[in-house]
Amino acid sequence: MPRIVVDVMPKPEILDPQGKAIVGALPRLGFTSFSSVRQGKRFELTVDGEVTEEILAQARDAAETLLSNPVIEDVVNVEVVEA
Amino acid sequence: MTELPLIGEAPADASGARRLAGARIGVVTFPGTLDDRDAARAVRLAGGTAVELWHADTELGDVDAVVIPGGFSYGDYLRAGAIARFAPLMTKIIDAANSDAKLPVLGICNGFQILTESHLLPGSMIKNDHLKFMCRDQVLRVENSNTAWTLDYEAGQEITIPLKNQDGQYIADDKTLDALEAEGRVVFRYVGFNPNGSRRDIAGISNAAGNVVGLMPHPEHAVEVGFGPESLDGIGGSDTDGLGFFTSVLNKIVGGAK
Repeated sequence: MPRIVVDVMPKPEILDPQGKAIVGALPRLGFTSFSSVRQGKRFELTVDGEVTEEILAQARDAAETLLSNPVIEDVVNVEVVEA
Repeated sequence: MTELPLIGEAPADASGARRLAGARIGVVTFPGTLDDRDAARAVRLAGGTAVELWHADTELGDVDAVVIPGGFSYGDYLRAGAIARFAPLMTKIIDAANSDAKLPVLGICNGFQILTESHLLPGSMIKNDHLKFMCRDQVLRVENSNTAWTLDYEAGQEITIPLKNQDGQYIADDKTLDALEAEGRVVFRYVGFNPNGSRRDIAGISNAAGNVVGLMPHPEHAVEVGFGPESLDGIGGSDTDGLGFFTSVLNKIVGGAK
C-alpha cells in the first residue's frame, strides 16, 4: 500500500533544545565529526489504493494544519513512497 | 461540581456571595487534563459557580467564562495542545472568544499551549531550554491589570504562584514580540529567574481585546491559606496570590452586562 511521507523540521531560527542535547551526547560516544544536530518528525500516512492528486493535496493540507505548527516548524517534504 | 470546598470560606458578604455565585465559569476537561479539579475549586473559593465541560461536548452551554486547565491533554502527543485544539468544544470556545460577547477565556499551562495552537494567542511553546521538567514557586510581575483575568491586581504587582512544566519556553518572532509589548499584551513576566528560556521573560500574554489570557504558571494552585507557595519555602507571596485571577473575572461578570 502506498504511503505519503511528511517531514517536519523546527524552523532554522528556532533553537532546537533536543538537537542540542543530542549533539552534546555524540562526542561522548566517539562521534566527533558532527557540529550540529536538529531533530524533526517524520509522518507516514498510509493510503488504501492509489494516491491521487486530490489525496496528495489533502496530505499537504493536513501537514500544514495539524502535523506542523507554522509558528515553530516547517513542512520540508511531502512525497509518495510505494510500499 | 456544586459541593462546598472542604477548606476555605465563602465570601463573608452574603449578598455579594449570592451575586458572585450567579456567575458560571466553565472548566474544560480533555483526556489527560490534570488540574481541572483544582481550577473548579479555585472558582468556588473565589465565590463563583464552577461548571464541568467535556472536550467532546458540541455545545458550550450557559457559561460566562471558561478556564482551560493544565495537564497533558492527549499525552502531549504531536505537540503540546495540538490535538486538543481540534476537540469539538474548542471550536465553540474559539468562536465565543472571538465573538462580540468576548467570552473571557483563561488558559493555564497546557491550556496556554492549547490557546496558542488555536491561534487565539500568538506564538508557541517549545521544550524548556534546559530540557528538564521544572516545578517551583515562581515570582511574576503583573504587567497589565486591565485584562478580564487581572482586574483585581495592580499593574507592577509581584505575585508568587507555582510553575510546573516541560514545554514552557515561550517563543515568537521579534515582530510579534514587539507588537505584544507595544500593545500591552505581555500580561505576566518572570521576575528574578527565567525558568524556561522564554523570550523577554514572558510568562503570560493576552489577545488584543484582553478577554483571552494564557500563562504557564498555575494560579489555581495558590488560592488557599496554608496550601500556597508561602507555606513551602517562604520566597514571598501570600499563599493566595492566584485567587485574583478568579475574583477578577467574577467581578467583571457580575459588574458587567450580565
